[in-house]
Amino acid sequence: MSVVTSGRYTFPSYNLVFFIFLQLGLHSVEGVWPLPQSITSSPERYPLNPQAFYFTYGSQSAAQEGCSVLDEAFKRYFSLIFPDYSSGYGFLRFSVDKPFTVQVSVGRDDCDSYPDEDSSEQYTLSVSAGQASLKAETVWGALRGLETFSQLVYQEDFGSYYVNKTEIKDFPRFQFRGILLDTSRHYLPVQAILKTLDAMAFSKFNVFHWHIVDDPSFPYQSRTFPDLSAKGAFHPMTHIYTQSDVGRVISFARMRGIRVLPEFDSPGHTQSWGKGKNSVKLPTSSQSDLLTPCYSGSSPSGTFGPVNPILPSTYKFMATLFKEVSSVFPDSYIHLGGDEVNFSCWKSNPDVRAFMLKMGFGADFTKLEAYYMENIVNITVALNRTSIVWQDVFDYHERIPKDTVLHIWKGLPASYAAELSAITKAGYRVLLAAPWYINHISYGQDWRNYYTVQPLNFSGTEEQKKLVIGGEVCMWGEYVDATNLTPRLWPRASAAAERLWSDEKQTSDVDKAFPRLQDFRCELLRRGIQAEPLFVGHCKHEYQGV
Amino acid sequence: MLKFVSLLLALSFCQGLQHNNIDDYVEAEPVFEASKYGSLWPLPQKVQISEVSFKLTSSSFRIVDAKASSAGPSCSLLQSAYRRYYEYMFGSAKKQWWSKNNRRSDPSDLSELQVWITSPDSECDGYPSVTSDESYELTVNQPVAVLKAPKVWGALHGRIYTRFELNFCPPTLHLFQKSINAAIINDFPRFQHRGILLDSSRHFLPIKVILANLETMAMNKFNVFHWHIVDDQSFPYLSRTFPQLSEQGAYHPYTHVYTPADVKMVIEFARLRGIRVIPEFDTPGHTQSWGKGQKDLLTPCYSGSKPSGSFGPVNPILNTTYDFMAQFFTEISTVFPDGYVHLGGDEVDFTCWKSNPDIQKFMEQQHFGDDYRKLESFYIQKLLDIVTSTKKGYLIWQEVFDNGVKLKPDTVVHVWIGGGSDKEMSSVTAAGYTTILSAPWYLDYISYGQDWQKYYKVEPLNFEGTDEQKKLVIGGEACLWGEYVDATNLTPRLWPRASAVAERLWSAKDVTDIGDAFNRLSLHRCRMVERGIPAEPLFSSYCPHEYKGV
Repeated sequence: MSVVTSGRYTFPSYNLVFFIFLQLGLHSVEGVWPLPQSITSSPERYPLNPQAFYFTYGSQSAAQEGCSVLDEAFKRYFSLIFPDYSSGYGFLRFSVDKPFTVQVSVGRDDCDSYPDEDSSEQYTLSVSAGQASLKAETVWGALRGLETFSQLVYQEDFGSYYVNKTEIKDFPRFQFRGILLDTSRHYLPVQAILKTLDAMAFSKFNVFHWHIVDDPSFPYQSRTFPDLSAKGAFHPMTHIYTQSDVGRVISFARMRGIRVLPEFDSPGHTQSWGKGKNSVKLPTSSQSDLLTPCYSGSSPSGTFGPVNPILPSTYKFMATLFKEVSSVFPDSYIHLGGDEVNFSCWKSNPDVRAFMLKMGFGADFTKLEAYYMENIVNITVALNRTSIVWQDVFDYHERIPKDTVLHIWKGLPASYAAELSAITKAGYRVLLAAPWYINHISYGQDWRNYYTVQPLNFSGTEEQKKLVIGGEVCMWGEYVDATNLTPRLWPRASAAAERLWSDEKQTSDVDKAFPRLQDFRCELLRRGIQAEPLFVGHCKHEYQGV
Repeated sequence: MLKFVSLLLALSFCQGLQHNNIDDYVEAEPVFEASKYGSLWPLPQKVQISEVSFKLTSSSFRIVDAKASSAGPSCSLLQSAYRRYYEYMFGSAKKQWWSKNNRRSDPSDLSELQVWITSPDSECDGYPSVTSDESYELTVNQPVAVLKAPKVWGALHGRIYTRFELNFCPPTLHLFQKSINAAIINDFPRFQHRGILLDSSRHFLPIKVILANLETMAMNKFNVFHWHIVDDQSFPYLSRTFPQLSEQGAYHPYTHVYTPADVKMVIEFARLRGIRVIPEFDTPGHTQSWGKGQKDLLTPCYSGSKPSGSFGPVNPILNTTYDFMAQFFTEISTVFPDGYVHLGGDEVDFTCWKSNPDIQKFMEQQHFGDDYRKLESFYIQKLLDIVTSTKKGYLIWQEVFDNGVKLKPDTVVHVWIGGGSDKEMSSVTAAGYTTILSAPWYLDYISYGQDWQKYYKVEPLNFEGTDEQKKLVIGGEACLWGEYVDATNLTPRLWPRASAVAERLWSAKDVTDIGDAFNRLSLHRCRMVERGIPAEPLFSSYCPHEYKGV
């Protein structure tokens, strides 16, 4: 929806607002979030009639009818563009409106593949009388273009739909634009994840980083080690993700051009793993000692620390688990975590200390951690997967393969800029999350902070800057579950989405972004996404749930 | 698997049956443990719970009027409460088809709850008021439980207890059977006025959201809905006398207004839950939206010698202003049955008044000098007289008191300014006025982490004053102002954070154990979630039935 729905109560009437923007021909420019790289639009507009509106494949398109990704997208976007029509009320006009056709052409038939790190998302969109032509290299680019087109369409107060004459050339600034959800601290029902994926597509996010397990619970139901969730989930039946749940999430994401990046964080953050691996004897495997037993004095205290890095059985277990993970999750990346390892338990354990001596690590437990991470990274390398690890792993100067991606999560701008500098100087690719810890809430318009981040504002060469592959919005789960996830995520995450997609120069003015984001938030509401308000005002279609 | 059926069940007194993920979960942050009071929230004044438990079977369990009760089947307030709580206890009829066939009542069952209104006038058809008796006494014993209350208002609060708070042991034989421990509860509120302020002007709140929150208020024993219905941003109240106020002043004249039928529905829905509805029509400031539909009501601001085109507070120098207010508040006094109206009176900006030559002249005539507070008082005084003539009492924000306006003795002064609110409470009560406290409970201010603890730790009577002064504090309100809140995020932002305020205002002064509160509140929030309310989590954890409304 366009400005007509906006909540700027200071204007005397909707019609006037509409009139002003119509005269300036600003609908389309205002209407698209995140802002396309290049957009020109004119006041010339065309009515759209749901009964004479079609999506078709261009004759030169490599993908044709039967392309699952696009066929599904056509259905989806038809309902998004004409909500009144699909929900069965509103006006039906049997007028003489000319048909309008959106013709989609892609250069490659990648309909049955998964989006990946190299997928092109660029597209061009040209809207003229009676038709729109959308061209992209891949179906993923076509999806982005369809999203843009759906945002160009607006409905007047009397119900008619319009789109203005528009030319758009668009591509993302960064290839990796992610959202992290944490399903361990609170279990998120699959429905909540799917809803998030839907909303992600509206903001052109393309990676769902699934922080699926952690200390509090292990909801992933493993084929190979079912005890992990049977003992480690909050509840073994109702609070788990079955293989079919995971499959559903992956295919739902694929349809929206979103990669699913699983994280199995170790050696820290693994308390819940120990429940399935320490407490009972497993007939299927001989290892029952995944976590390090902590000692108090000379005897075990009964508590457990990080994964036990000194046992060969640990690596055998991890190799088996990651083999399963790499077969379940099609993405070529796996997130291995590696953050916040507490050494006190390792230090307390005499066997660990003996191992340290044997290996010549002295008293430097970071070397032990490095030893562990090296082994784990090698496991994923053997599985033909690229690793992403939290920045801690780099900070400990571990020897890791050059294609590993470092994920920056700590600190204020000054410190993450230094980290960006250091990591890229060492030649590693990097992913920035530090400024977008969106679970941290405060009073007021904190989206402005997320918007004004400058990811490449660090000292380094052009080559170094190219190593920044993107950014990620993290919604950690301590205080978040299905009750408050959606309003806490949207539209705050959308601020980061524009930073990661759009040109920084064109989008440097946060005050100019404000009314656009307000409109976009109203559009999210109209699409059923429970996005919270930015400030006082209203939307034409308010959220109707509770 | 049976023992995992419900967290609520598993975490009561039945030792050894806790979910194994809870009891050995290690983290420096709060660790959940079962409270000896189960999930009771807010904690009753006196509780005795015995180890003896009885079964509850949906097919045989009944909530009935006691023979001697002064309220019978004609008391629809109680009858609809019975049904509401029966459904909360056992789910809707659809869910329980199996138990009907499977099980008959047996002697160890608790077969009914008798509700006994003891005073001759049950007040069933009345409205709750600031003096309503909310006390009740609940005895759970075989074969019947008895809930005694002088008035229906107390019975409503007692109702809430029957299900969960009296812990239920995990069912061992029968999956869908619940049980209840023998118990005696004597309960009454510490404070009479326990309110929630919602702001429907900065964002319009659909009726459905208001009703859902009234329902949740009842679960938390709140008894006042302070409806901050209009403000600068919009005027959604559809006035019969002045329909142009919402036609021009609402965000949208049809979709963003409260019709008389809407308002009536809210009031009755609240009454059935023992909740008063106190509307606030804040003047002379916070009235920008009024000006759109009511010509000459607001003061024209001047820039130099000419009107600037913008408007300030209500114009206090025109007779038409007071004619308008008299008519308007006459309507309000008939639409809202509560004995009190909130008249606002906060944050009046004097710059516009100062700019206006007519106002300046009036100031001279009245010998107010340069003291615009005197002009404000002049306005408020006249307004109070008008409202008094409609036979209503009033609440006002603290500035009105601070500015020395003459107030009726039964005026309630609402203390809201943070920093120094103790001092303010002292001086308001020293002047002999009753007061309610909101300053520490501005729930629209959010921050990362468990801020409910901050709200919980407030002690409202922690100010200097005599016992007589302390008695003048009749309660408090949690305020959720609407700058950043609408239907999308209101409910999870309010609950369970407001629940912390609820216990502070209901339970005894010495109920201050934050660890025990955490344990009970965790379960209480899961109960709200199970009842379909998206109450947000306190910390990493889970509920047996997660919120499904996404």
